[in-house]
Amino acid sequence: MPILTWPVSEESALVHEQFDDIGQQREAAKLGMWIFLATEVLFFGGLFLSYTVYRFAYGHVFVEASRKLDVVIGGANTAVLLISSLLMAFAVRASKLDQRRMLTGLLLGTALLGCVFMSLKGVEYHKDYVDHLVPRLGFKWEGADPGNAELFYWIYFAMTGLHAIHVTVGIGILLVLALLAWRKTFSNGNHNTVEIAGLYWHFVDIVWCFLFPLLYLVGHR
Amino acid sequence: MKTATEIDIQTEGEMPREHYLNVKTGVKAWLLTTDHKRIGILYLWTILVFFLIASVAAAMMRIELLTPQGDFVTNETYNKLFTIHGVLMVWFFLIPSIPAVLGNFVIPMMIGARDVAFPKLNLLSWYIFVAGGALTLWAIIHGGVDTGWTFYTPYSTTYANSHVITMAAGVFVAGFSSIITGLNFMTTIHKMRAPGLTWFRLPLFIWSMYATSVILVLATPVLAITLAVMCVERIWGVGIFDPKLGGDPILFQHMFWFYSHPAVYIMILPGMGVVSELITCFSRKRIFGYGFVAAASMAIAVLGFLVWGHHMFVSSQSVYAGMVFSILSFLVAIPSAIKVFNWTATLHKGSIHFTTPMLYALGFIGLFTIGGMTGLFLATLAVDVHVHDSYFVIAHFHYIMVGGMVMAFMGGLHYWWPKITGRLYPEFAGKLAAMITFAGFNLTFFPQFILGYLGMPRRYHAYPPEFQMFNVLSTAGASILGIGYLLPLIYFLWSLKFGRVAGPNPWRATGLEWQTPSPPPKHNFEEKTPVVTEKPYSYSAEEDADLNLASI
Repeated sequence: MPILTWPVSEESALVHEQFDDIGQQREAAKLGMWIFLATEVLFFGGLFLSYTVYRFAYGHVFVEASRKLDVVIGGANTAVLLISSLLMAFAVRASKLDQRRMLTGLLLGTALLGCVFMSLKGVEYHKDYVDHLVPRLGFKWEGADPGNAELFYWIYFAMTGLHAIHVTVGIGILLVLALLAWRKTFSNGNHNTVEIAGLYWHFVDIVWCFLFPLLYLVGHR
Repeated sequence: MKTATEIDIQTEGEMPREHYLNVKTGVKAWLLTTDHKRIGILYLWTILVFFLIASVAAAMMRIELLTPQGDFVTNETYNKLFTIHGVLMVWFFLIPSIPAVLGNFVIPMMIGARDVAFPKLNLLSWYIFVAGGALTLWAIIHGGVDTGWTFYTPYSTTYANSHVITMAAGVFVAGFSSIITGLNFMTTIHKMRAPGLTWFRLPLFIWSMYATSVILVLATPVLAITLAVMCVERIWGVGIFDPKLGGDPILFQHMFWFYSHPAVYIMILPGMGVVSELITCFSRKRIFGYGFVAAASMAIAVLGFLVWGHHMFVSSQSVYAGMVFSILSFLVAIPSAIKVFNWTATLHKGSIHFTTPMLYALGFIGLFTIGGMTGLFLATLAVDVHVHDSYFVIAHFHYIMVGGMVMAFMGGLHYWWPKITGRLYPEFAGKLAAMITFAGFNLTFFPQFILGYLGMPRRYHAYPPEFQMFNVLSTAGASILGIGYLLPLIYFLWSLKFGRVAGPNPWRATGLEWQTPSPPPKHNFEEKTPVVTEKPYSYSAEEDADLNLASI
């Protein structure tokens, strides 16, 4: 990968041929990521819409179904992601201040918390399976309207599953960045990549901040 | 036949020694290029392939409809034909047509940039597009899909006995190429304009491409998630669109049209941008009401997100929702009409040159007006109940998409052909093709308005005998239209080798793309990026009194 062998000494060498200067390049890259995140919002939006429509239609069943989800694991995961976002914000600062060791550590820490999130999610999915909450895989519902309850769990798995894919991609990005940071790729003002990855990670975090109350807390008293 | 004026126009008689086409040759150089101009050409060849396949499907449908009986193909084959035609024409020809081909080629040059903001992503978008197209073709070759391009549930999820998943996956994948293209254009237009090129000095093509990009970025992901859920539902019976589990098939229609109505504007806004360039250049006048035309593009993009329900007037939607969607749909007519009026006002007292691109542009204005006006009929609740799902709808959107977008695409392709290839196409053949296209188009689609009004439904391979005359007219028109499309293919290829050398600015047009040699060098401008000091379209008929573009 040529990105690993970039010359890091001179600022001008970091500017891609289509840009006039590093400032323009930075701004363009940042705007590009914001536009991508707008796309992502609409991508998740389809599922949020489905959730909203059916929660209005079958609010009662959704409340019942929501109570069966493990709010402790969900809450712990919320904390894990929020702390990871804090580390990410520190990482962006470290990259701007040219603190290589600090940056590498913070990126690894963020990735590690991402892995913790995924592990807890895995434990939770397994628990859901044991509790017969997975549609089409031994799904059992004692209460009224089992079809509508199944619909809730479909939406739950679709939304958290899509979110988990995004977390996984994010962990991959963070690990690559940590490696690059260790190889001094981000020294001397080349910190833009870290900042852009940070935007993405915060987005993933924010999506979860909406998923958690919608899925776990609607039935909670 | 050489005239004195012609020599005037033809100041540079030789091709530049080094340009983007010959700087690096070979298959590998093309497949790994990050040059926006080359990527535009890659897209051009790719969409040509899809256009040809989809045209063959259309031709077979028109042959079937020559007679009232279903005697040429079975009804199942017919269903597959219109699905192929719809899916390929919408997602693999029209949506990438002007944006990915002409937009890619000229946007960076028009704003004085060396390339788009993310050239590698730009190339990636082409590969994604090809991958999506390959999946779709795979579905077609292995038996096709019979759902129509709309993939309506529950037919697509439960009943359709065909390759729905593969084809929807193809469209899903191709959607990401749209998103990347839109993202790239927005960033490029925001951050990479030449010094002095303020927002209100931008050519109107840039404004329309910006509006298009907003739609590409915000609407396409909704289609992606909708098709993804549909596929998951078909595989595992999820239930989001399945009444058995309490799901709602109409939700699919809402989500589908939330993308697909804005997508209709992806298929017209770029054409409007091209026409603004052509009308000003060939009437040698500034555009009338620049601000209004620019703002109209943005207004269409925004309003386009609020009118999807007019596709669902008869889908058990609440009648109050129907009324709101009806009124909002009428509102779209305002910015559209502003554009038409401003183009006409630009023509007023202009020094008009009837070149090939201009013929296409004038054809666009007329056909778009008919298409737009009949759109108002369809936006009217009561009328729509009568003509819904009839040939009236087919005629309406073909007037917009073929009479509008394809005419504009052809006009733009002729206009920028000298810039793309460095050579001129033969003008007489060009005019002939433009006129044949116009005549063939009207003969194909005007009878369909009447057919629809009389009650002929869409998507049937057989029909009552009293509809035959109009169907014969339509099929006859389609064959003429086919010639109109074939001719340019032939003379464009011919001109690559035998066309006269164009020089940097054969039309004496304003705009930065004409201030560089044809074909342009790899980084578009030989020395430093140009500086812009005035408004766009600073044409003056007096200065160009000696100009005789018609004799090229």
